[in-house]
Amino acid sequence: MSKDIVEDLRQRSSGVKMVNLAKVFPSHEGLGDTVAVNHINLEIKTGEMMTLLGPSGCGKTTTLRMISGFETPSGGEIFIGDRSVTNVPPNKRDISMVFQSYALFPHLTIYENICYGLRVQKLPKDQLQERTKKVIELMELKGMENRFPNQLSGGQQQRVALARAVIIEPKVLLFDEPLSNLDAKLREHMRDELRALQKRLGITSLYVTHDQSEAMAISDKVVIMKDGNIMQVGSPQEIYEFPANRFVANFIGKANFIPCVYRGMDGDYAVVALADTVYKVPKPGVMSGIEAGSECALSVRPESVRLVRADQGSITGEVTRAVYYGSKVEYEIKIGTGPIIVEVYNPQLSERFYEGDRVSIALDDACVRILK
Amino acid sequence: MSKPQRFSNFRMLLNQPALLLTILFIFAILIIFIILPLINVFRLGFTGPDGGFSAETFIRMVSDPGYQKTFWNTMKLGGLVACISTFVGYIFAFAITRTEMPGKRFFRGIATLPIISPPFVLSLSIIFLFGRMGLITNKLLNIDSFDVYGLGSLVAVQSVSFFPVAFLTLTGILESIDDSVEDAAYNIGASRWHIFRTVTLPLSLPGIGSAMLLVFIQSLEDFSNPAVIAGNYSTLSVEAYRVITGMYDMQGGTILAIVLLLPTLTAFAVQRYWISRKSFVTVTGKPTQKRRKLHEKHIVWPLFGACSLVSAVVILLYGTVLAGAFVKTWGVNNTFTLEHFKYVFSMGWDPVKNSIILAAVSAPISGLLGMAIAYLIVRQKFFGKKIMEFSSILTFAIPGTVLGIGYIFTFNHEPLLLTGTAVILVAAFTFRNMPVGIEAGTTTLLQIDRSIEEASTISGAGAGTTFRRVTLPLLRQAFFSGLVYSFVKAMTAVSAIIFLISPKWNLSTARIFALFESSQYSGAAAYIVIMIVIILAAIALINLLVNLLFKPKYLKRATTK
Repeated sequence: MSKDIVEDLRQRSSGVKMVNLAKVFPSHEGLGDTVAVNHINLEIKTGEMMTLLGPSGCGKTTTLRMISGFETPSGGEIFIGDRSVTNVPPNKRDISMVFQSYALFPHLTIYENICYGLRVQKLPKDQLQERTKKVIELMELKGMENRFPNQLSGGQQQRVALARAVIIEPKVLLFDEPLSNLDAKLREHMRDELRALQKRLGITSLYVTHDQSEAMAISDKVVIMKDGNIMQVGSPQEIYEFPANRFVANFIGKANFIPCVYRGMDGDYAVVALADTVYKVPKPGVMSGIEAGSECALSVRPESVRLVRADQGSITGEVTRAVYYGSKVEYEIKIGTGPIIVEVYNPQLSERFYEGDRVSIALDDACVRILK
Repeated sequence: MSKPQRFSNFRMLLNQPALLLTILFIFAILIIFIILPLINVFRLGFTGPDGGFSAETFIRMVSDPGYQKTFWNTMKLGGLVACISTFVGYIFAFAITRTEMPGKRFFRGIATLPIISPPFVLSLSIIFLFGRMGLITNKLLNIDSFDVYGLGSLVAVQSVSFFPVAFLTLTGILESIDDSVEDAAYNIGASRWHIFRTVTLPLSLPGIGSAMLLVFIQSLEDFSNPAVIAGNYSTLSVEAYRVITGMYDMQGGTILAIVLLLPTLTAFAVQRYWISRKSFVTVTGKPTQKRRKLHEKHIVWPLFGACSLVSAVVILLYGTVLAGAFVKTWGVNNTFTLEHFKYVFSMGWDPVKNSIILAAVSAPISGLLGMAIAYLIVRQKFFGKKIMEFSSILTFAIPGTVLGIGYIFTFNHEPLLLTGTAVILVAAFTFRNMPVGIEAGTTTLLQIDRSIEEASTISGAGAGTTFRRVTLPLLRQAFFSGLVYSFVKAMTAVSAIIFLISPKWNLSTARIFALFESSQYSGAAAYIVIMIVIILAAIALINLLVNLLFKPKYLKRATTK
């Protein structure tokens, strides 16, 4: 029924390219300028859902606002498809955006909110009505046309915001933390709904969030940003399993860093020395900037560490903290090089340890990465 | 802002020609109708007979002991009125915002009445009551040597006229003081009086400062009251007029106007850029729980008494004028008559008609322009934004007399030949009355999430469409305030138009002034009563139109739900 609008969207969708994009905010009291975005290069492929993820102040929102045109870049260029839009005002960029606060027009009905973009385009009445009807069906908003935004629930408002954004068939759809105003349960539901819709419509999307599980759940690609720089770009799996540096490893999930010395490669294996023991790491990861003989760290996720009785493992230490969470037990083990966090899932099936116990840890070689 | 940033903002603007043109247009009219006349006032004051710079007249006027006295008279009057008005305004504002005093709506109405009333009304009333034929002095007390003219009457009349300004300023401040601050003090055992002295009063100090300065400016700018009731107590605004029209000394009058401009501008700058920044009030946007306000009898009843007393005075003053309009000659022949009204509706109708037409033309221009400027200032980025903001609200601090002189001097030759036309009056009204709309619009816009407008932009709407379809409807209330203020001020303006009217375009306020000068007080009263009726009707009509134009259905539904 709303097949053709899906088809239209798919066809119009196009990629985005940022070349050397920079934004500097001038200071007000002469305290020196703030570099919000530091000459980044990034490409979103057609139909892809990309997420910008990072702590507050990392430049993700500024990047999004530059693509939308609400911020003017201090340098660099933005392309949508093949067209440079760097100096094109927001309303002529063929993009659309879903705002954090939804930003529905409080003085217009749901129907008028949704068809707003078409009214602006002065679309003939019959076409306008037809397309609005389709989008309303697509978003399952039937029956609410004559209500006003303040009469809708948070989830419904969210859908109206999305309907208003897709009706103009943008080439790119931007999301500015659209779920942060919803409560936890609804957020998860809307997140899945959003992802399903984005896939169905095949529309190129850029999504900004500070919630890592949200980023993992909805993205084709995740971009981790920090202080205006890109730390890593990759699929959720790549980011989690092969973090490029300690920041990424720690920002997405938790990570233990065990200091060691890199010896060199042995075939596909990376050889590291940890105190007296020599390890061969089968999948050491990106290993950027690490030279033979230099100090580095073994990075291992808490759930990838196994806990065994004191005599059964290579590294032995003492339990300094044990917290029971139900689905897991989190231990802090003190070993020679510092504390190690270990998460043991499904505690009913594994042996429990308590504060003061001596235990050994065993690392699964395949889960260990080497980071600078 | 860094240079490349400015440049890229500018390039972005080049891609939005309509927006760019609007900005340029507004700059152009601000320069022509505000900056240029202001510069010309100074040029006029400081140009010698040979056309070069000369401070001769300035020195002559400033060293004249008579004019020195006029200056100090003006300051003294302004100071006294600022104190009294703010004191009364504070009592009203405090009682209405922070206590459970009965009759709040009524008192609020009383405190708004002087703002929307025509000029001369209070002076006229004072003359009716305390003049040589006055009801109280002559009829009740049998004094016939009482001199109503002078500082005392002037202070009384201006205090009543301007306490609403203080009231409105202070209401805003007092409303935004978080109740929980006072509650916190009360919980630790402080008495109500102690809390007021140590918490509420200090928190409202910036508001008191603002109120005093705003009233001070109003008092200095006031022309109508001192013109008819000051007697020998000379003030700058009237003296400037008399020097120009009576002594044909254009330059001397202009110098007096400049001398008047300096304190008003200073007070304005202090109020705007210093005191308003000192405000401790934080608006959190989260409504705190509605708490029961002060209700102790020993607090509420004295406040009620004070407010009632002031209200009684206001009602007495307005009632007197109403009565005065229906008698043959006040104090001499007190028989009921409609002849003054008959005269106004027949022979004297033209000035009233002109006033209505010009107010009706200028109010929407002023209101729309005000909203547009507020939108540009708050929401758009462009070079010279601060200059636009400052020059557009500057007229608030420019006394009407100064603006009038600037206008006749600026617009009396080609290519800007406007003297004697209605255009010059409309322009004067538009630009003089714009600041209130701009202020209201700016405040409202700052409270509206800007992403609502961004949502419109990203849906493909240009700045103009966004302004028309989203911003303006959301600014409905501010737009309404701007319209009403502009209309009322245009109807009631005296000082700004006294130099600009022409035989073809005479206005009702000027007509009332003329009746005063020839002591036809009852005729003046009739004009005033008619103007009050017109103004009230216009406010109701504007309200209706604004509601119709931007159907606020969402508001109605939300409340009836």
